[in-house]
Amino acid sequence: MATILAVDDSASMRQMVSFTLKGAGYQVTEAADGQEALTKAKSQQFDLIITDVNMPVMDGITFIRNLRGEANYKFIPMLMLTTESAGDKKAEGKAAGATGWIVKPFNPDQLLNTVKKVLG
Amino acid sequence: MSIDLQQFHETFFEESFEGLDIMESGLLGLEQGDVDLENINTIFRSAHSIKGGSGTFGFSAVAEFTHDMETLLDQMRNGERQVSKSVVETLLGSVDVLRNMLNAIRDGSDIDIDSVAETTVAIKAILGLENTVSAVENSTEVTAKGWIVHFKPFTDIMKTGNDTVRLIRELNSLADKAEVTINNDSLPALSDIEPEDCYQSWVINLIGGDISEDDIHEVFSWVDDDCELQIEALANEADYIGPERRDDERRQKAPERRNTERRTTKSSESSSIRVNISKVDELINMVGELVITQSMLSRFGDQEDFTPATIERLKDGLAQLESHTRELQESVMRVRMMPISFAFQRFPRLVHDLSTTFEKKIELIVTGEGTELDKTVLEKIGDPLVHLVRNSLDHGIESPADRVQAGKSETGVIELSAFHQGGNIVIQIKDDGAGLNKDKILSKAKEKGLVSQDERMPDEQVYDLIFRPGFSTADVVSDVSGRGVGMDVVRRNIRELGGAVEVKSTPGEGSVFTIRLPLTLAILDGQLVGIGEETYILPVISIIESLQVKSENINAVAGSAEVYRLRDEYIPIVRLYQIFGIKPISTDLENGLLVVVEAEGKKIAIYVDDLLGQQQVVIKSLETNFKKIEGLSGATILGDGTVALIIDIAGLIDLYQKDMASSVVSIKGAAA
Repeated sequence: MATILAVDDSASMRQMVSFTLKGAGYQVTEAADGQEALTKAKSQQFDLIITDVNMPVMDGITFIRNLRGEANYKFIPMLMLTTESAGDKKAEGKAAGATGWIVKPFNPDQLLNTVKKVLG
Repeated sequence: MSIDLQQFHETFFEESFEGLDIMESGLLGLEQGDVDLENINTIFRSAHSIKGGSGTFGFSAVAEFTHDMETLLDQMRNGERQVSKSVVETLLGSVDVLRNMLNAIRDGSDIDIDSVAETTVAIKAILGLENTVSAVENSTEVTAKGWIVHFKPFTDIMKTGNDTVRLIRELNSLADKAEVTINNDSLPALSDIEPEDCYQSWVINLIGGDISEDDIHEVFSWVDDDCELQIEALANEADYIGPERRDDERRQKAPERRNTERRTTKSSESSSIRVNISKVDELINMVGELVITQSMLSRFGDQEDFTPATIERLKDGLAQLESHTRELQESVMRVRMMPISFAFQRFPRLVHDLSTTFEKKIELIVTGEGTELDKTVLEKIGDPLVHLVRNSLDHGIESPADRVQAGKSETGVIELSAFHQGGNIVIQIKDDGAGLNKDKILSKAKEKGLVSQDERMPDEQVYDLIFRPGFSTADVVSDVSGRGVGMDVVRRNIRELGGAVEVKSTPGEGSVFTIRLPLTLAILDGQLVGIGEETYILPVISIIESLQVKSENINAVAGSAEVYRLRDEYIPIVRLYQIFGIKPISTDLENGLLVVVEAEGKKIAIYVDDLLGQQQVVIKSLETNFKKIEGLSGATILGDGTVALIIDIAGLIDLYQKDMASSVVSIKGAAA
């Protein structure tokens, strides 16, 4: 089954994302900020990255930019969790290498649908 | 798949309240001069997380309210807006509103709509927005019988992890039938191909499936800027299908969300506690030790006959068991311990608000925030602390003009500190104000009839008068201090926690309030004493010494009162059997022992028949199991199954003083 790295500084969001995906049979690893996520992504190969944008230590966009530079993450889908109001964040994220985004607020079904689409 | 989001609510509330605290302290830090981008970012992130979470978990009112705060903070962190006092005040106000909203939702009470609306208007005013309800645009969606999609990706579309195959597959899933034509015209010669680039384009005919144009745009939304996209309706569009279906769906969803919001309100009771993983590991470690000891001891159960050697080993084992049990107990207690910063963190805000109210300049210094104490004690110490800090601010620190005149710096300093001392935790509130006015207190006390007119007493006792019920020195009863509920309530609350409060003051230099609290309410180091048939327990912490009575040191004064001369002090003797009405073994002081105890700076010598030993006792509340009894703080069950009552020393002293009326005070006055 596909492995997913879920990155969010908010514990409740992280729990929700992780619980939903695990329930659908995915293997989920959690990280609380971009730095932690980067370390985890380098030590283990993931099939999909889902990351929040606003986080302490290292934000989601910097994380994506860094990870996209890694050879084994060149084509791995990376999704950002973002709010509708942040239109320029989407563009910034795309420029950094994000595959797409999931707009907050979202419910578990929307999350699963998007993940299914990306992972095929 | 449906997932109950309610299971995440507790975590959401917990982290949201933490976020609010972070925002608050961040905002308080903002006004002190230069613009700290990292700080603004931190505040922004907290607001952003609350907004995201509340939207996701169905608290739309919170999400909506936070939205404007977030916009404002976003402008601040992008440097589009200056940090001004009014902006900070408004944001602080909205933190309060948000906290109330979250509390209301969690507890299932009603949200204070007025304050929400008021603050929303204030923020919108700063943002320069009209207070309009953002109407949800109900875009009319066109659906057609079929569509022709021209999709020409740019060469670098795959560099973001997007995949043209996935996009086409997704389109395919929308329609009943899809016809895909690939165009390889721009494919270069094999030798020139960059394997990571995309050279093809596609034409996809989608037939059937009630697809709207928006549905198709949705599929390509992530790659909008990475491709050329043309969407045409199929020519032979026959039956036009309106947007009713979608509207229906939406209508169904809306009430559902409201339901979840209401349902969440029930789960407020379950309060949780965050425990550091190292504490849990420690527990597991101790349990492991305990199991080893247990297995060692159980071997003796199989033993046929006991030799002196096995008894020796049994004793060793029991000693080990005792030490492990004690350590385990301490570890378990530590789980309930939380840093006092939870109680301290509200003070920067309080001092900030109050110094504005009183037009005083105050610097608050907080130390020892990491000091841990029991969660219950922590929750209950908050209000007394607030009162004491308010008091220092209102009565202690002088106005800037007065301070300058007294040769002090314009800015007053209030120091809030916590530290461990012995088995106690000590909290101090220290100000560098004018100090307590001895004459004023004394005249006030005389006016109120708390002391007699010709009373003379040492300074400490004068200062202690402020803790008496019905005492208030404020010239004008202000909104903040002196609302009738005064220092006596503070003292009573602290006593209920098994603690004590005292004040020291130097005229012109300031005052220090010292609160001593037990580390935990659940367990007490007790000295067992025997009176007649009964066993009572004295808290070891309040015992100064125990002694045999020498008759020449006993003085009887003013009729029934007895005092004992201990070195240079005269200490009132309290015969416990008299107060509790029980039959002692002997009423002759020389046959028993005196235990000298101290509480809140006062000493008494308790007469008991015998000292029985020391042990840790688990405190059972009398109040919940029976009723509150003056002079007793609780009860416990001893190893042999009998119940022993635990003496509340401060309460006992009060009880004794009531019995003796004012005679004791005058004796102490004379002795000093």
